[in-house]
Amino acid sequence: MRNQGDMLTERDTAVPKTLAEKVYDAHVVRSTEGEPDLLYIDLHLVHEVTSPQAFDGLRAAGRRVRRPDLTMATEDHNVPTLDILAPIADPVSRAQVDALRRNAAEFGIRLAPMGDRDQGIVHVIGPQLGLTQPGMTIVCGDSHTSTHGAFGALAFGIGTSEVEHVLATQTLPQYRPKQMSVTVDGELPPGVSAKDVILAVIAQIGTGGGQGHVIEYRGSAIEAMSMEARMTICNMSIEAGAKAGLIAPDRTTFDFLRGKPHAPQGADWDAAVEYWSTLRTDEGAVFDREVVIDAAALTPFVTWGTNPGQGLPIAERVPDPAQITDENERRDVEGALAYMGLTPGTPLREIAVDTVFLGSCTNGRIEDLRVAAELLKGRRIDANTRMLVVPGSVGVKAQAEAEGLDRVFVEAGAEWRGAGCSMCLGMNPDQLAPGERSASTSNRNFQGRQGKGGRTHLVSPAVAAATALTGHLAAPADLTTVDA
Amino acid sequence: MDAFTTHTGTVAPLRRSNVDTDQIIPAVYLKRVTRSGFEDGLFEAWRTNEPDFVLNQPQYQGASVLVAGPDFGTGSSREHAVWALMDGGFRAVISSRFADIFRNNSTKSGLLTVLLPQEEVEALWAASESDPATQVTVDLQANEVRWDDRVVPFHIDEYTRWRLLEGLDDVGLTERHLDDIEAYEAARPAWKPRALPALPVA
Repeated sequence: MRNQGDMLTERDTAVPKTLAEKVYDAHVVRSTEGEPDLLYIDLHLVHEVTSPQAFDGLRAAGRRVRRPDLTMATEDHNVPTLDILAPIADPVSRAQVDALRRNAAEFGIRLAPMGDRDQGIVHVIGPQLGLTQPGMTIVCGDSHTSTHGAFGALAFGIGTSEVEHVLATQTLPQYRPKQMSVTVDGELPPGVSAKDVILAVIAQIGTGGGQGHVIEYRGSAIEAMSMEARMTICNMSIEAGAKAGLIAPDRTTFDFLRGKPHAPQGADWDAAVEYWSTLRTDEGAVFDREVVIDAAALTPFVTWGTNPGQGLPIAERVPDPAQITDENERRDVEGALAYMGLTPGTPLREIAVDTVFLGSCTNGRIEDLRVAAELLKGRRIDANTRMLVVPGSVGVKAQAEAEGLDRVFVEAGAEWRGAGCSMCLGMNPDQLAPGERSASTSNRNFQGRQGKGGRTHLVSPAVAAATALTGHLAAPADLTTVDA
Repeated sequence: MDAFTTHTGTVAPLRRSNVDTDQIIPAVYLKRVTRSGFEDGLFEAWRTNEPDFVLNQPQYQGASVLVAGPDFGTGSSREHAVWALMDGGFRAVISSRFADIFRNNSTKSGLLTVLLPQEEVEALWAASESDPATQVTVDLQANEVRWDDRVVPFHIDEYTRWRLLEGLDDVGLTERHLDDIEAYEAARPAWKPRALPALPVA
């Protein structure tokens, strides 16, 4: 058995480690040849969709939640973004939310319900409350748990059976993941953001490129990013198939955390920062796979297909399946274009959009709203386009309103909504109609993801705003020619 | 969890790659709080909108082994995708690549996911398309997939194999190591965050 007490000696030994290996090793409760390691979980985030069957499992076995104090629940997926203080109209959604409330009360778990100041998308509230900290292991029954890796935590999504396992034991059986580095060096051009970086990474390595790996994002472009931007990057690690994505904590990380409600204070803060400062990949540590991206060469990136790897720079055209030689790949592209209603060779900028969605655990944080508001300020969105702005949490909403961003959105013709997952996956009433086309700052362009028959183009907040203003996919730089 | 030893059945050839869990079961079905009865959501959009979809073809009714293109089960962590496949009568899925979370979830419910090289996937597709009555045996005791006169070995880690063969749940196995968990907890730094009690925003 190993614990934190052994870390100091391990650090002094000769074998260099990656950041992810350091965090992993610091959480191994038990390691035996021929069995998975037992990994301790520092924080378990819970929402209403993937937890009810897990709590039922506990009840059926007569088990309790081992560490309610390391567990935090919120309501996000089913939450309406209008009339949020009224009972949920959809009885099935309401029953699911009610189940979480009963379970949280019965098992003694803290819950941020609709209307609460701490409510929001589970991956937005963890960092906002300071519960997400460097060096932690964090899990949630949600694939976008990788978001928390932005703080140098090992954070990954799990299924409902594993949710039950963590509730019961605060541990998970795990196999040591492989290590991958994605290095982004250089300076991002104006109008190019973290979202464009991660879409470009996924297009390059594919939706399965990260399978079995934890990705560490490194390089000068990553180091220059805010915590919000780093969360956007780590959030979509799962779209590259990776188990998790993470970034070494630094001054930016510590500055973000200082003063957050659950961040350490006083002497504890100093002890924490001292430990967090050791959480860097050692010189000479070995990655199983390394990818290098030139930041300066990137442009705004949009998806044209039905998986997040099907993306291109916005200056490109819809691909032509006739030019693909591999039969399976050609069939997939043909299927994607048929679903998306796109003609090969069409310039991406000419694709007209009905709805723009700004929000989600990918791009629903304050900085995302600021970027979009800056472009929308003093302008009106296209008459044939609707724009939904959904802050990632009640806290983000309050901050945006304090900065007057809500007025900018409303004056531009956008709808300012309550906090939640909303149109990212349409479990609440915010959905696309069949055939409706969106530019969305969310993370998945899967068929039907935003509503049956809905067609999704994944974009950055800046591209979302430019698209709302022009009515077709557009980069921020295009706007100078639009108005004046 | 149901044990898995060996299973013989017919194949549903799903010639698509990147089948994400939103396609296996759309989010609207995830509002349920039960753990069974998800068969109505299985591939709901494709079954509704595409008459030629493999599960709409009469010759593939009753298939219990799904053979899919690479990167099966990408996207959302919803274990409902595994439940929907099992509720829909599938006991095994064969592909050349699986998304990690889907594959991990499948091992918790007794759905066997078998990794075979893409050329073997293509051979199985061809066999079941030329004769939909082709019987395939997925044998976890022998680590083999067999059909017609072919025998193809597959690899699965020994621990997962043992758990599946015995039908064992992880929680009970982990509870044997409570002393290790308690010892670990005793050494955790005091400054590690706790969600309780709720602390005010500064």
